[in-house]
Amino acid sequence: MSMLIKGLAGFTVKYKWIWWIGAFVLAATLLLAPAMVYPLLLINILCFVLFASALNLVLGYAGLLSLGHAAFFGGAAYVTAHAAKTWGLPFEASVLLGTLFAAVLGLVFGLIGIRRYGIYFAMITLALAQMLYFIAVQMPFTGGEDGIQSVPRGMFLGLVDLGDINAMYYVVLGAVVIGLMVLWRTLHSPFGHILAAIRENEPRAVSLGLDVAYYKLIAFVLSATLSGLAGSLKVIAFQLASLNNVSWHLSGEVVLMTLIGGMGTFAGPIIGATFVVTLEHMLATSGLPIALVIGVIFMACVMLFRRGFYGETVARLKVVLDRGHD
Amino acid sequence: MPDIFGVPAAVLLGQVLLGLINGSFYAMLSLGLAIIFGMLNVINFAHGAFYMLGAFVTWLCLTQLGLNYWAALVVVPIVVGVFGAVVERLFLRRLYRIDHLYSLLFTFGLALAMEGLFRYLFGAAGKPYPVPETLTGVFRLGFMVLPVYRAWVILASVLVCLLVWLVMEKTRLGAWLRAATENPSLVTAFGINVPLMLTLTYGFCVGLAGFAGVLAAPIYQVSPAMGSSLIVIVFAVVVIGGLGSIGGAILTGLSLGVIEGLTKVFYPSASAIVIFVVMVLVLILRPAGLFGREN
Repeated sequence: MSMLIKGLAGFTVKYKWIWWIGAFVLAATLLLAPAMVYPLLLINILCFVLFASALNLVLGYAGLLSLGHAAFFGGAAYVTAHAAKTWGLPFEASVLLGTLFAAVLGLVFGLIGIRRYGIYFAMITLALAQMLYFIAVQMPFTGGEDGIQSVPRGMFLGLVDLGDINAMYYVVLGAVVIGLMVLWRTLHSPFGHILAAIRENEPRAVSLGLDVAYYKLIAFVLSATLSGLAGSLKVIAFQLASLNNVSWHLSGEVVLMTLIGGMGTFAGPIIGATFVVTLEHMLATSGLPIALVIGVIFMACVMLFRRGFYGETVARLKVVLDRGHD
Repeated sequence: MPDIFGVPAAVLLGQVLLGLINGSFYAMLSLGLAIIFGMLNVINFAHGAFYMLGAFVTWLCLTQLGLNYWAALVVVPIVVGVFGAVVERLFLRRLYRIDHLYSLLFTFGLALAMEGLFRYLFGAAGKPYPVPETLTGVFRLGFMVLPVYRAWVILASVLVCLLVWLVMEKTRLGAWLRAATENPSLVTAFGINVPLMLTLTYGFCVGLAGFAGVLAAPIYQVSPAMGSSLIVIVFAVVVIGGLGSIGGAILTGLSLGVIEGLTKVFYPSASAIVIFVVMVLVLILRPAGLFGREN
């Protein structure tokens, strides 16, 4: 087994084109997927892939546990829904407005909480998000328990009717891919390395003259913005903004997605979000209680494989590969 | 009866008393959270779920076993406490040595699972629980009518909080616990079984949450969501008070309950968020919390 893995690893290093084939297969799968799988499920997966990846920027790379990310996702969803339905703004403007709202909200949350560490930060973000939840319950424009229903999808660039579910899927796919590329670029920039330095050894980063709070704040705002984009896309596709999107359960779920896939890895949240959303989709028809299953998986993940599916696999492969070098 | 700030004094005092009741629950729960955090370095997200468990076991005791309120007041905290001790022994103990975030995430999952389980078994709707016969009726205070049961809740929780505070601050056991918080390895060297002490502490504090659940059963509807809606507010209370002191947790809990009550009089639509607003103000002015120590 270890010989096989070593052989494969050597192969991928020697022949770079194998990665291009992989990328091509992935792209083809994503483009052809709506023909095989229910497109709304795919859209849901894509939105949560972006949401979990955005959370991972602060949780996995900056070491900040936010338990309030649903505020950005759900807050943006409300703004987008309101803009599209009541103000009659086009698709692009609605999504942009929702995303901007999440960015501003992220800045406010960040300014309040960013100087506090670890569990305090988690509790503060949770409390702030809950405050937004209560506001959403009371404000007249959110529709309270009913939410904002039958949000119009509109036209993409005034040309493509998004009422067609496949068109909707491709637009969401494009937006999510762009969002992920922004994240990738950020993580592989000098800024990304500074984040890693802060996570690994904050006092050291401070001693090097880095304004730690400033960098954390930027990461947090970017994370909130992309979470907002995910929420805005979802609300247009599903045509419904509801309280579920701002509840603490959702904040917890997206942490689970990141954790179960692998915190601090790029592929982790993508795998985790796909897994959890698919699982929930299957559970929805099975009659089993979703919250119970999610909670148990959460506990099992913390106890048994903290590095997540992807992180754990990579770590094990590394062990096998390193053995060969000794 | 005179007016105070244009509001009839009776209304004002009534809301202050209602606020004190909410505040007693905040105080009992944040007290337990503060002790658990001090001893185990765990933020116990499941605290609200244990409170909910307490209320449900109380309800089950009455409907399934025919055990009345007073029996439940003794039995339920023990049942919940033992369950908590088992959770600590089997799971939480293994997480002490790694990042504290993992124990928070574990208890988060536990809270989610417990809420999900009870919703699955009993539905989301609230279950009514009758006020025990000896505590029915009202006190006529002149300015308001105070149900006897509510007076009992305030009295019982303040007594329990005081008792815990006295034990922690004035007894030998409390001294051990505080010492173990400061330096566990030294206390172990003195021949005290620290791991056992941690299990018992967790069990006790969780039992306290169960006790709060029994008190809550006749006031609030017994429902699966009752714990999670409370715990988030209690977290804000904990941030406001700071995790440093037990007395601070009690005082902050009670006073925030009163502030919430007063907000209901003067600006009702803000009453749900006033605690969070206070939290933001405290974080800006005094980041470590009112009674907290800066790291």
